[in-house]
Amino acid sequence: MQYATLRGPVRAVDGVSFDIGEGEVVGLAGESGSGKSTVALALIRVLHPPAMIKGGEVRFRGRDVLAMSDRELEQFRWRDVSMVFQSAMNSLNPVMTIGDQIVDAIRAHERVSERQARERAAELLRIVGIEASRIDSYPHQLSGGMRQRAVIATALALNPPLMIMDEPTTALDVVVQKEIMQQIEDLKERLGFSILFITHDLSLLVEFSTRIAIMYAGEIVELAPARELFDNPLHPYTQGLMSSFPSITGEKRKLTGIPGSPPDMVAPPSGCRFHPRCPYRREKYEQVVPRLMEVSPGHFVACHLYAEGRRATLERTEIGYEQEEE
Amino acid sequence: MEKPVEGNGTVLDVRHLTKRFPVGGLFSSKKVHAVEDVSFRISRGQVVSLVGESGSGKSTTARLISRLIEPTSGEIFFKGRDVLRAEPRGASRQYRREVQMVFQDPFGSLNPVHTIGHHISRPLKIHRRAPNRRELQERVLELLNTVGLNPPEEFANKYPHQLSGGQRQRVAFARALAVDPELMLADEPVSMLDVSIRMGILNLMERLKEEHSLAYLYITHDIASARYIGDETIVMYAGHMVEGGDSEEIMHHPAHPYTKLLLSAVPNPHAGLVSRKVEDRGEVPSLIDPPPGCPFAARCPHVMDVCRQAMPEVRWVGENHWTRCYLYDGEPQQDAPAG
Ligand SMILES: Nc1ncnc2c1ncn2[C@@H]1O[C@H](COP(=O)(O)OP(=O)(O)OP(=O)(O)O)[C@@H](O)[C@H]1O
Ligand SMILES: Nc1ncnc2c1ncn2[C@@H]1O[C@H](COP(=O)(O)OP(=O)(O)OP(=O)(O)O)[C@@H](O)[C@H]1O
Ligand code: SF4
Ligand SMILES: [Mg+2]
Ligand SMILES: [Mg+2]
Repeated sequence: MQYATLRGPVRAVDGVSFDIGEGEVVGLAGESGSGKSTVALALIRVLHPPAMIKGGEVRFRGRDVLAMSDRELEQFRWRDVSMVFQSAMNSLNPVMTIGDQIVDAIRAHERVSERQARERAAELLRIVGIEASRIDSYPHQLSGGMRQRAVIATALALNPPLMIMDEPTTALDVVVQKEIMQQIEDLKERLGFSILFITHDLSLLVEFSTRIAIMYAGEIVELAPARELFDNPLHPYTQGLMSSFPSITGEKRKLTGIPGSPPDMVAPPSGCRFHPRCPYRREKYEQVVPRLMEVSPGHFVACHLYAEGRRATLERTEIGYEQEEE
Repeated sequence: MEKPVEGNGTVLDVRHLTKRFPVGGLFSSKKVHAVEDVSFRISRGQVVSLVGESGSGKSTTARLISRLIEPTSGEIFFKGRDVLRAEPRGASRQYRREVQMVFQDPFGSLNPVHTIGHHISRPLKIHRRAPNRRELQERVLELLNTVGLNPPEEFANKYPHQLSGGQRQRVAFARALAVDPELMLADEPVSMLDVSIRMGILNLMERLKEEHSLAYLYITHDIASARYIGDETIVMYAGHMVEGGDSEEIMHHPAHPYTKLLLSAVPNPHAGLVSRKVEDRGEVPSLIDPPPGCPFAARCPHVMDVCRQAMPEVRWVGENHWTRCYLYDGEPQQDAPAG
């Protein structure tokens, strides 16, 4: 996946592979600008020039999405996936009430009466915590989080087998966020859809996803079952993320985040793309690209340390890492 | 809530700010009570964090202060001046420079036809912050670099649609910083940033606060970061401020039942996975012509008859810690921290 730019192509997503099982919630987290949204857009092929898919494969229930004809693609987007874009907050039609937008979405998919559709819309709004009296509100009359929730409600209305949600909860307080995630989970249990959930909020993913993939500079650097990733993060970047959390009651201390700056995507670092910021780097890491390999069942990491039988050790109390004796 | 004044370093003093939006068509008299009787102060070099339920009036409060919308009633004092009276036809150019807003929606707040460089240099030009082209250019690149958009020359030439969500958010922040404001109204400025870059921006805010005495109203859903940089924290629920004061006090000894609910829902990644179900939401508070009394009454486990009659007054529950809840009528009470 690359974007053509003046300085040369930006390889926004490079060699990313993962799968989502039926009924599974796969979380995608990682650095800002690392290519998460680009992956989502590529999955449903809504990329416009200068974006290009330079290679790879997207399979949905065995069918190759990249090979679909325009007609098939339209059907696929219509019936099989629904997407909550990262710009959800302003992706609503400004001149239509939220109720009408949900009703339209429902009636475009199913043959139901206006009244039935409106009842469903009210129910969906209730699910996302918007009181029924707001059904005739225009988007600008709602708060940022309410608009985000209206978009989630619209996506749920379509009830497709796959939902892609790109940062759907950035404007939601933790109470509302939890309630909505529980509602989505209940719906998922009942209806059996799968979710690709993109967020920077790792703690949310730990609670609600089956597996988590971590992206850095266009690549997946680690992929593991949610709990395992949290208890036993292996990649130095993942470990850096884990140790940058401020807490709400613990001792207050200065957190610096991961030293160094995000990579330039037109000319990403050679070898392991994380090497300029990695406390374990060796000369070799600057030349050889590490492959994603399975180090324990279901736990994949792309880092030379593990190929060499060494490991990075997370120091949870402070940013910085300690290295185990070899 | 007349609280002890700490010197005269007050930058912003908001009193009884109220905003009601008419809804439901031309002949309807229905109103959304978005912000009700909100009062607080921010001193020079102070960060006040504003947290609360989605839809509780946080952005509206910030928009009122930035004067994008006019209040139904209430007063705003900026550096001692009653700005609504002094500038009744809208904010002066000076006010618009000194009070900067970072909007909640990074996708809506940048103009798609202009480059990032244009977005940041424009306010510099309007407010004459750069004497010549070279310095203008340098300042733009420096700002982009400060917010971690590397290489800055590259980003300056990009258009908004070529940026990721978190990158736009940082452009919006850099733009607000460009004109050396005295008060920054930052509405969810880091919500799309991974935790590492987020810490970078929060530390930058802290540094500007210390070096330039910049004051912030920091609106966030990330309670941990509200504590991390907020000297004080204010909690809003359904248009009302329900609790406020020293951030440490509030995190360790929340008083208001809503604050307790909010803190208990904060995921704590280090505590391990405890599948906590939040108890049933109960009714969503209605903001359209709401019933009298405490807005949390419909969900509150401690609700009493009196709660449904009138909004409780401000009660001090600690040295720099107040709440509005009938549980704290009379003597200030100590309460156990949320579990
Ligand atoms: N149309 C475009 N042209 C050129 N570069 C682009 C374009 N769209 C995105 N990019 C670049 O591709 C990279 C990946 O962007 P993407 O939006 O996928 O990131 P992301 O992981 O979703 O980040 P965030 O968490 O900040 O939303 C970024 O560096 C971005 O600047
Ligand atoms: N122009 C408007 N017309 C009618 N109602 C409005 C208008 N603007 C805001 N509101 C209402 O005012 C209330 C407060 O909205 P506000 O945007 O201030 O909430 P918020 O605390 O910022 O929420 P969020 O965290 O979801 O962004 C909401 O109920 C919203 O629907
Ligand atoms: S005033 Fe009454 S209803 Fe409101 S929070 Fe306090 S106890 Fe609960
Ligand atoms: Mg994105
Ligand atoms: Mg808001």
